[in-house]
Amino acid sequence: MGRYVIRRLLQMIPVFIGATLLIFLMVNVMGDPIAGLCGDRQCDPATAAQLKREFGLDKPVWQQYLTYMGNVFTGDFGTAFNGQKVTELMATAFPVTIRLTLVAIVIEVVVGIALGVITGLKRGRPIDTGVLLLTLVVISIPTFVTGLLLQLLLGVEWGWIKPSVSPEATFSELIVPGLVLASVSLAYVTRLTRTSIAENRRSDYVRTAVAKGLPRRRVIVRHLLRNSLIPVVTFIGTDIGALMGGAIVTERIFNIHGVGFQLYQGIVRQNTQTVVGFVTVLVLVFLVANLLVDLLYAVLDPRIRYA
Amino acid sequence: MRGATHAKWAACAAAVALAATACGGGDSSSGGGGGDGSAVLSASWGDPQNPLEPANTNEVQGGKVLDMVFRGLKRYDPKSGKAEDMLADKIETTDSQNFTVTVKSGWKFSNGEAVTAKSFVDAWNYGASLKNNQKNAYFFGYIDGYDKVHPDSGSQSATTLTGLKVTGTDTFTIKLTQKFSTFPDTLGYAAYSPLPSTFFSDHAAWLKKPVGNGPYTISSYTKGSQMQLKKWDGYTGTDKAQNGGVTLKVYTDNNTAYTDLMAGNLDLVDDIPASQLKNVKSDLGGRYINTPAGIIQTLAFPYYDKNWNKSGSEKVRTGLSMAINRDQITNTIFQKTRTPATDWTSPVLGTEGGFQDGLCGDACKYNPTEAKKLVQEGGGIPGGQVKITYNADTGSHKEWVDAVCNSINNALGNDKACVGNPVGTFADFRNQIGQHKMTGPFRAGWQMDYPLIQNFLQPLYYTKASSNDGLWSNKDFDKLVNQANAETDTSKAIKLFQQAEGVVRDNMAAIPLWYQNGSAGYSDRLSNVALNPFSVPVYNEIKVS
Repeated sequence: MGRYVIRRLLQMIPVFIGATLLIFLMVNVMGDPIAGLCGDRQCDPATAAQLKREFGLDKPVWQQYLTYMGNVFTGDFGTAFNGQKVTELMATAFPVTIRLTLVAIVIEVVVGIALGVITGLKRGRPIDTGVLLLTLVVISIPTFVTGLLLQLLLGVEWGWIKPSVSPEATFSELIVPGLVLASVSLAYVTRLTRTSIAENRRSDYVRTAVAKGLPRRRVIVRHLLRNSLIPVVTFIGTDIGALMGGAIVTERIFNIHGVGFQLYQGIVRQNTQTVVGFVTVLVLVFLVANLLVDLLYAVLDPRIRYA
Repeated sequence: MRGATHAKWAACAAAVALAATACGGGDSSSGGGGGDGSAVLSASWGDPQNPLEPANTNEVQGGKVLDMVFRGLKRYDPKSGKAEDMLADKIETTDSQNFTVTVKSGWKFSNGEAVTAKSFVDAWNYGASLKNNQKNAYFFGYIDGYDKVHPDSGSQSATTLTGLKVTGTDTFTIKLTQKFSTFPDTLGYAAYSPLPSTFFSDHAAWLKKPVGNGPYTISSYTKGSQMQLKKWDGYTGTDKAQNGGVTLKVYTDNNTAYTDLMAGNLDLVDDIPASQLKNVKSDLGGRYINTPAGIIQTLAFPYYDKNWNKSGSEKVRTGLSMAINRDQITNTIFQKTRTPATDWTSPVLGTEGGFQDGLCGDACKYNPTEAKKLVQEGGGIPGGQVKITYNADTGSHKEWVDAVCNSINNALGNDKACVGNPVGTFADFRNQIGQHKMTGPFRAGWQMDYPLIQNFLQPLYYTKASSNDGLWSNKDFDKLVNQANAETDTSKAIKLFQQAEGVVRDNMAAIPLWYQNGSAGYSDRLSNVALNPFSVPVYNEIKVS
């Protein structure tokens, strides 16, 4: 197990370097970011030259990348164009997005798995067909449509929630945005669980457990569910990273000042430091989430533990 | 039918009012309430792009805050746009080149420090100095010694402007490098604001919470999310705040701000999203403002490209201008938030200030047959196709560029005569313009710095001027501008600028498209809401009930 973890950690290094380098190149290909700083007029050449020097933009890209990576390892992500440290931006943005992701994941896990178990056990019944249809609808509607619709109905027409989230972004305010963010994945989790449960219901160990005379609840939770969760856990694990990065749309609609907002602003203003910094952290989140998934396998299925 | 709509209106208004009071509790708007001027209003805001320093703020969002927190020597009247004395007691000159400024005494910064001549001179020296990276440094370019403090290349050889001298507590002199008769009227721009000594002694702390001398003070500032401004009771100016304060909320999207206004969570939105313009009248009725602002949009040309700069080209340009159906585009695409342009300035200047309705004449009127004729006479479109370059990331420029091209194609009877040429990001767009890579006309917008005809002409069309992106150059124009700047009599100076504008017209240096309006909507808690000529709400005059 220990060697397995170390091997996985070592694999993360090339992925990390490759991903950040790609982002770095992509942002730099878009042209000179200083040109956009002065609005609809030309920056005066002296100021532009000095700003470039200060942000290190006058050096060749490979050199910029090396200095940048060097700084990242000491925890210095550079300075955004508005004079704020990127780490400062991260400190305000990440907690908000993490809260949003948590809400989304909880909804996804609780509702998704519950619906999956119910439909998996009652295959072919009306409730199964109903939920299947519902998930089909959810999957086929884009997030921004669901988001805007809920915002309009709950926020403006019925007045149940505030259409926008305050800067504090408390958990209660994030429920509706979390639901919107989770909706598509929620449908996938339901369908994955349903198929898996339906398949495993006929397996030998379930029959044995039933034959032993175990209570129905114990059969389902300990035997059936535990073994059926492996594909679901894989999906949820990779989804954590996707949710954090994919929050751009949801955060924009509900005015949440999280990672999505900062990334969007960084891209529009072509702020290399912000974009590369945030993406670097997101890449790390992805990698760690994947690692956790692999470790969770071992918990769920002892056979993997000793392999 | 009329009665029915009225009833519906009343019901809507009541609903909004109820929602506003119901939702207001959690906000800072629970201040005092009532009409005693202590209630706080909330307004939409965008994250400022640059650090909030007067000489470093070149966009509207940061400008809003400066307008609330600072007062300069002059202030532009929110209605007429005329420059009026604020902190300036008098600004005297005999030769339009040397000015003596007397600052009114008794003014203070909100931290108690007195505003003196030194507060101005120090601030201006800071703004001009190259080492401080101030994006509006060029505003000080007319002051003697600027080339030493802010050379075009290399390092600066001086830290202060020789043209500025403090001659007493309340007096200082300004020496310009050239005659510039309307210079005092430029001093209302935020870059010329005075700065307290804490700005220099503890810069980082000042940036976290700027301190100024205006009707509001900043009580809290969370970068990227919101700023709370409080009415400053110690303010000595005549334009005291009529409300208890303003909470500026950063919105990720102006659509969300609009939704919040509809739901009663927000009092003021000063940027109505394009997609809502169709509904805004029925949504808000009389609480929708759509007034002209000092912004003109044009198509500029690359004069560094030989094809666009040969004899006869002006006929092609005029022909293209005539091929654009401005009325139709402003009505259908912009829902009348733009007005077809008939000159190269802006209606906010007023006829006294140099605006000439119809100066462009037939050249700005839609006339497809004449357009086709002129383009042919001028030798046809260079390269056979016009490519209008624009940035596709913000401002929904694609819609109108496509419409303009459509109009040109129809007029010339050639569906390949004009195509849009999108550039991914604004930065890249500016970059390509800066490197003179344009091969055809490109989107140009000009938002005035101060309501003067000079500001609409000199920076854009004077040889090698700061925003002359197409490198247009004309000796007659330059001569007239120089004469106008040397003229001490303002009305004569404006006449000369108008003559210079005539040169721009005769050569069709840039095609004027339309004047942009400022648009805003507000909740029924507010009254006396207006936009100034810079399309910024006049916050201090807003009353909250």
